[in-house]
Amino acid sequence: MDILNLIRISAKALMRNKTRSALSMLGIVIGIAAVIAVVNLGEGLKQSTANQLSDMGTNLIMVMRANQRRGGVSMGSSNVQSLKVRDCELIAKNAKNVTMVSPVVNSGGQLVNGSKNWSGTVYGGSPDYLEIRKYEIATGVNFTDEDVKKYAKVGLVGQTIVKELFDEDEDPIGKTIRIGNMPFKVIGTLKEKGQNGMGMDQDDLVVMPYSTVQKRMLGVDYIQQIVCSAASEDVAEAAVEEVESILRVSHKIPDGGADDFEVRTQQEMLEMMTSMTGMITTVLVAIALISLLVGCIGIMNIMYVTVTERTKEIGLRMSIGAKNSAILLQFLTESIILSLIGGVVGMLLGLLLSYVASMAMSLPFVVNVLWMVIAFVSCAILGLISGFFPALKASRTDPINALRYE
Amino acid sequence: MNEKQSIIKVENLKRTFVVGSEEVHALKGVSFDICQGEFVSIMGSSGSGKSTLLNILGCLDQPTAGEYYIDGISVRTKSKNELSEIRNRKIGFVFQSYNLLPRTSALENVELPLVYNPDVSHRERHERAQHALELVGLKDRMGHMPNQLSGGQQQRVAIARALVNDPVIVLADEATGNLDTRTSYEIMSLFQSLHEQGKTIAFVTHESDIAVFTSRTIFLRDGHILRDESVTTKSAAAALAALPVENDY
Repeated sequence: MDILNLIRISAKALMRNKTRSALSMLGIVIGIAAVIAVVNLGEGLKQSTANQLSDMGTNLIMVMRANQRRGGVSMGSSNVQSLKVRDCELIAKNAKNVTMVSPVVNSGGQLVNGSKNWSGTVYGGSPDYLEIRKYEIATGVNFTDEDVKKYAKVGLVGQTIVKELFDEDEDPIGKTIRIGNMPFKVIGTLKEKGQNGMGMDQDDLVVMPYSTVQKRMLGVDYIQQIVCSAASEDVAEAAVEEVESILRVSHKIPDGGADDFEVRTQQEMLEMMTSMTGMITTVLVAIALISLLVGCIGIMNIMYVTVTERTKEIGLRMSIGAKNSAILLQFLTESIILSLIGGVVGMLLGLLLSYVASMAMSLPFVVNVLWMVIAFVSCAILGLISGFFPALKASRTDPINALRYE
Repeated sequence: MNEKQSIIKVENLKRTFVVGSEEVHALKGVSFDICQGEFVSIMGSSGSGKSTLLNILGCLDQPTAGEYYIDGISVRTKSKNELSEIRNRKIGFVFQSYNLLPRTSALENVELPLVYNPDVSHRERHERAQHALELVGLKDRMGHMPNQLSGGQQQRVAIARALVNDPVIVLADEATGNLDTRTSYEIMSLFQSLHEQGKTIAFVTHESDIAVFTSRTIFLRDGHILRDESVTTKSAAAALAALPVENDY
């Protein structure tokens, strides 16, 4: 008996019981839909995290102060004052794979504009800071190296601050507002960036020349962080090594000595975030797989019922010359057809579900093709498994008894 | 006894069932021949062994002892799969309860035996099924589902199904048992016309007024052949005509 014939016979048998076939598919449909939806949503979440991290700056390399021990006493990372502007200059001069460098000094304070006030954060950087962190200027201009030299009291403000401190029809450019006790002139506004992967508002900031923050606000000569941009993603590793060796020399750290700084790449942060979303996805997929398993048991159950109910048909088929193997294959094929159709419907439903959910949660809609293939193949296998025992039972029917079965 | 080729040859056939600790001897040594073109009825009361005999003749069961040849093939040594093939090529079954597949058209029901024969193409299957349905007078009912057909028509479909593989013998098991007298006579008339066309038919029944339409009767009792005699065949068509016109409804 050829395979086409087999499929025809099985399909006809299934068509004779449309409602039941559809209902027994339902388990598989829901199971596969759940798996596909969860996997696609997980993928979307992952990509959205990745997008947000790359919003922080392409090829971003961050140099942070590290915990340092001096004479066996832990100094705590926030007390470490080892990073200096000079380090930035050395990196800019010597690191071939680094295109832009900016020191980061941050401070906070109450922002005041007339009767309005808002607690804001100030980031002090070089003129490159905006580009490294992927901020774009909405209106106005960036500050210059000249401003850095003169500790100029100028700053650019994010959209959240624009909203909180200015009236809707008020142009912030040229206005002088205060942060703490220091007045400064708003020379530009930044384009909106939204929240980052951790839910932090990236528009709630003031960017000023680092020297202004250092001298006029904090009165310090160290910096808290260095941000750099690697020339490309491919050389990010090399750039990290360059930065590390430059800083080790500059900080006079002996061979084998612990660094008093820590270099992190955007890639590492991405891996951290994706491993988190990956874990959540795995748990959800596991739950979805349970529902798929229940679906399979449903098919097996229905196939058993079908075999019993169609005892007479089996007897007839055998009496007119169907071999036991033909009966076995027929019922196996029926079960595989059920699970495959269920699988395909489930995949479509899962796609639809994940699409709707992605839209609702404003995540990117991503289709995980690998899992689509896995789902399809596992449907066939599950159909085979759940159909096997009922089919075996059918093929072992004794035609004499089956023909008399009422 | 007949110069014609013997289709079925049964020699000292025995069949014993083990029920619990007891042995039940359903057939205790039965021998007969059925030749090509014969229309034989196998009669006997319940428990006489006629169902057991029919199962063995139909290659659904195998004898405990004795030989059974169908179309010259010894059945005793055949495997399950080989028996399936013999059933598929050599035998046509007609059952008491028709055993048509529900929600499947008459034509597709008739095609069914050929589905299990890989030598028959899709097209040939279709043509042969159509021809078989024409033969039983259901040319205009091919697309009907079993539940759209009367009992007599359903049995005709079943007969067409039994004929479609061009078997060497048609085995009918109480084929008129579910039908009223008039329809029974119609079916017997159909069997008679098939017989006239040269078909070999073995008809199992317990009704003697049905057996009279055949040309030979084998009586079974308690696993033995009680009588094996030729009978003067009564025309089913004439019997049908002699029935009073039904006006009692």
